[in-house]
Formats: sequence, structure tokens, C-alpha cells
Amino acid sequence: MADLRALAAVYVRLVASRIRAHLEYPVSFSLQLVGTALLTLIDFVAIAVIFVNVPELGEWTVGEVALLYALATISFALTDLAIGHLDLFPQMIRDGTFDQILVRPLPSLLQVVTMDFAPRRIGKVIQGVVVLVLALVLLDVDWTVARALAIPLAIAAGAIIYASVWVALATIAFWIVDAIEVVNAFTYGGSFLSQYPIGIFARWLQGLVVFVVPLAFVAYFPALYVLGKDDALGLPQALSFASPLVAVLAALVAGAVWRNAVRHYRSAGG
Amino acid sequence: MIELEGIEKRFVVRVKTGRLRRERREVMAVAGISFSIEPGAMVGYVGPNGAGKSTTVKMLTGILVPSAGRLRVGGLDPPRQRIELARRIGVVFGQRSQLWWDLPLADSFDLLRHIYRVPERRHRENLDRFTQTLALDDFLSTPVRQLSLGQRMRGELTAALLHDPEIVFLDEPTIGLDVVAKAAVREFLAEVNRERGVTVLLTTHDLADIERLCSRLLIIDHGRLIWDGGLDELKRRYGQERTMIVDLEEAAPPLDVPGARVVRVDGPRQWLSFRRDETSAAELTAAVAARSHLVDLAIEETEIEEIVRRIYATGATPPVS
Repeated sequence: MADLRALAAVYVRLVASRIRAHLEYPVSFSLQLVGTALLTLIDFVAIAVIFVNVPELGEWTVGEVALLYALATISFALTDLAIGHLDLFPQMIRDGTFDQILVRPLPSLLQVVTMDFAPRRIGKVIQGVVVLVLALVLLDVDWTVARALAIPLAIAAGAIIYASVWVALATIAFWIVDAIEVVNAFTYGGSFLSQYPIGIFARWLQGLVVFVVPLAFVAYFPALYVLGKDDALGLPQALSFASPLVAVLAALVAGAVWRNAVRHYRSAGG
Repeated sequence: MIELEGIEKRFVVRVKTGRLRRERREVMAVAGISFSIEPGAMVGYVGPNGAGKSTTVKMLTGILVPSAGRLRVGGLDPPRQRIELARRIGVVFGQRSQLWWDLPLADSFDLLRHIYRVPERRHRENLDRFTQTLALDDFLSTPVRQLSLGQRMRGELTAALLHDPEIVFLDEPTIGLDVVAKAAVREFLAEVNRERGVTVLLTTHDLADIERLCSRLLIIDHGRLIWDGGLDELKRRYGQERTMIVDLEEAAPPLDVPGARVVRVDGPRQWLSFRRDETSAAELTAAVAARSHLVDLAIEETEIEEIVRRIYATGATPPVS
């Protein structure tokens, strides 16, 4: 436990140092911030256009879809903020920086995810929060304590599920250095999938996001619970509470995949 | 402190054999190496490019897992106890930085203090000491990316030693440095070894590093140890031939000087090969100056590649203890 606290303290310090480094270039930082803000605004317009023209999507109302979108977006944005720079990881394998990591007394994954930290990515989180507020205003939720708690819990669990998928996919770089495009297709594509009610997808895709890459647990099942809706697939209602459990499982699997990949690297020599 | 017994490392590489076809081929990077190093020793580890030096160092530091053999560093099993080992060793890879390139040098040191969990007071003492010996004061607040190579290397050495490691692995710490910076680095390493009793394994191309620092030398080639002994003994056996490069005022026929023979002529520049046990550089200089107008001269010691070639040329099995 004391060890975990020490690791958390080092993590905070490393992240703080990355933020400090970004602030050393104030002009570049401000430009990036403006760029992110503009992109976010365009995103907003795109969503607004969909909502105005499609009042209902697979038996989901505008407010309901907005809630789903908000949960998925906030989770994704938090993951992107925390470990989005994982796309630099193949470069670390290529130039040998990863060797440097292995001679330091810290877990390798902790060092990899603190190689950078881009504060500008907070913009996407803010966008998600704004949509969440709008959704809650539009919706007439039958609030209970459990439903209120379900929202932050869903966001945390969702972020962990995304992060697990990303970390597991990033390990491909231990075998194929130039695999980043493949990985991006899954990570960014995955975020896109989890923003929609899964009832609108083809059957095989539904199965995939529920059972294989558990993206349906990021926003879809928690949203069902908050809204008191039934699952389009007719899956048991208990799944609505499963997100935190799925998150823990996903994290354990991702951890094991990472450790296995590092073991491969150390015996094959990168 | 360091013990290797029959250490091997095999890699599988894919070789193109046709337009699409690739073949898996096994490469023996380290082919059964055994040696041990006493605490407080400073040992040179040299060999031509691709001989297996880096691979050995990577196994000793816990980066790579050996394919076969027994390995012990500071009483630990490097591949299995990587994190524990990391606390007790320092590593400098000359061509790669362990510093945060976009932060001031002082900030990197501060982060390392937390990563290695060095008590504040001990960290201060060490940092003050290194700041003084390596004259870091002038650039402690400069971002690492703006440092010169020499300054950066002084930073790297400090970073590798701040947590009081028992063993330090240095991979080409003087590569690319100018003469003054090289001398400063060597001076510092000698002092650290003497005063702190740190065990040092120094990988280098530059035999001058070894000359200044190491009483013992290991030479590796094609993944095998071909020399384990003193540098003086090595020179006596294989490094007798030196080369003097002389610049004359104008192009001339090959000089005829006793005790030396001209091996190459390029305009006014000539290369003279001579043996250290027969002719001194001073005698040779005087002889050349007496025969022609000498403008400039330089002496080349035998390079490590040449010594390796000669060890093979003698055919005898080299003395490996």
C-alpha cells in the first residue's frame, strides 16, 4: 500500500514535469489550445446537426442519445488526456528509449505513460461535460441516489476500459513497430462506436462490443440503467451494473498483456 | 560483484530470401561468455562494432534475458529482479539520454531523486559534490536540449551516480567528446571509483579511456571473449606497432629512416610505421626532421580493430582466464 502511494506520488511528479515542459513554450501551447477549442466547436456543430435532423435514433430520444454521447466522450477524453501520448510508444521502441526505461526502478508502463502529458487535451473533456449538462437538462430522469452515483462511476469505469484496450493494442508495437495506424483505427474507431446505442449496429458488431472488446460497457449499459430503458439485445438487466467489474477485468487483462509483451521484448531484444 | 558463466544470447532475425519470402535465422550475439569482476574494480570492455558488447551490457543491466548461462550482478538475478537491481546500478548509454530533454538539468536531477527515492539530504550532498567536480553550475538551469555534448555527458554521469549505485555501466561515455571534455570525464570516473569504491564496467572504442582508467581489459569479438588481462600485457604482445603521420613542406619520395618504414604516401603527408620497443617517437621525429622539412606530426596508437585482427593473426588461443 505504501508502495502504491509512492508510485502515485512519482506519477504526479512526472506528469507535473510534462505540463511544465509544455508551458515552457507559451506560444505553441496557446496555439494548440485555440486549435483544440476550434475543433471542439466544430464537433459540437456536427452533433447539433445530427440531433436536429434525427429526433430519434434506434428508439432513443435526442436527450437520451446526448447522455450516451456525453458518457462515452468524457471517458474517452479522460483516457486520451492520461495516455493519449501512447502513440509515441512505437518511436520509443525504435530509438531504444525503452531500454532506458528498463534500467529505472519503476514499472515500465508507468514510465511509458508519463513520457508526455498534453494539457490541451482537457478541451475534449470540457466538451463532454457540456453535453452531459445539456442531456440532463433535456431528460426527465427519475433520480435516485444510485442513478446519480452511476454517472461518475460509469465515466471512471469507461475511462479504465478505454485505457485497457489502448494499452493492450499498443503492445503490438513490441512485435511490429509501424503498427500505429492499425492501433488508431481501433482506439479512435472504438470511441466512435461507444457513442451510439448499440441497437443500431449490425448483429456481429453488437456481439463484438459486448463480449470481445467491451466497449458497450463504457456508456451504453450505464446509460440504460440511468434512463431505466431495456436493452435492445434483450440481455439481462444485471449487465447495467457490470461496468466497474468489466473495468477491473479489462485492466487486469491489459496488465497481463503488457507484462507478456515486455517479457517478449526482453527475450527477443526488441 | 558481477559474475557471468557461459552466458549466451541468441536472436531470431528474419532474412529476406525472395520477393516475399522471409526466413527465420538464428543469430548468436553472445556465444558463451564467462568472467567475474571484484567489487571496486574498474574494467574495460571493448570490441569492434557488433561484437556483442551492448548485448552483454543489456543482459547485465536486466534489459535482456540471457538465452543460456548463469548471471549474477550484486548478488541479484538481473532479468528476474530488474527493479531491485535498477536501484543499485547506474547506467549511461553514451548515445542516448536518460535526462528529460525539455527540462532544465536541475529538474531532471530532482525527478531522479524521487524515482530512486534518495533521501533529501543525501541527494543534496551528492549533487553539491558532483556540481563542484564537474563544474555543472553554469548550466544547471539550462534545458538539456540546449547543452553541448560535453555538458550533457557531465549531466548524464551525475544522473547515473546520484542514487549511490554500487555498480556503474558506462557505454561509450566519451564518444564524440573533444580532448578537454574526455579528460574531464576520465578524471571524474577515476575519482568516483577511488573515493566511493564504485565498481565500473566501461564499454568503449577508445583505448585511451582504458589506458587512463582500467587495470583490466576484456575484449570481445563475435560474441566470444578473446582477451582478459592487463592493457600493458596486451600492448606488449599485439600493440607494438604505432604509426607516425608526418606533414612535410612539400611532396617527397618515401623517407628512408632507420627503425621505421613508410606504409603510405599522400602528397606531402607520409605514414611511418614503427615499433615502440625499437624506436621512440622522439628519435623518429629527430630523424625525420634531419632529412626533410617537417611541418606537423601526429602519432596514432593501434586501434582496437587492429589489435583484434592481430590476436587472430597470431593464431594462438588468446589467454583468457
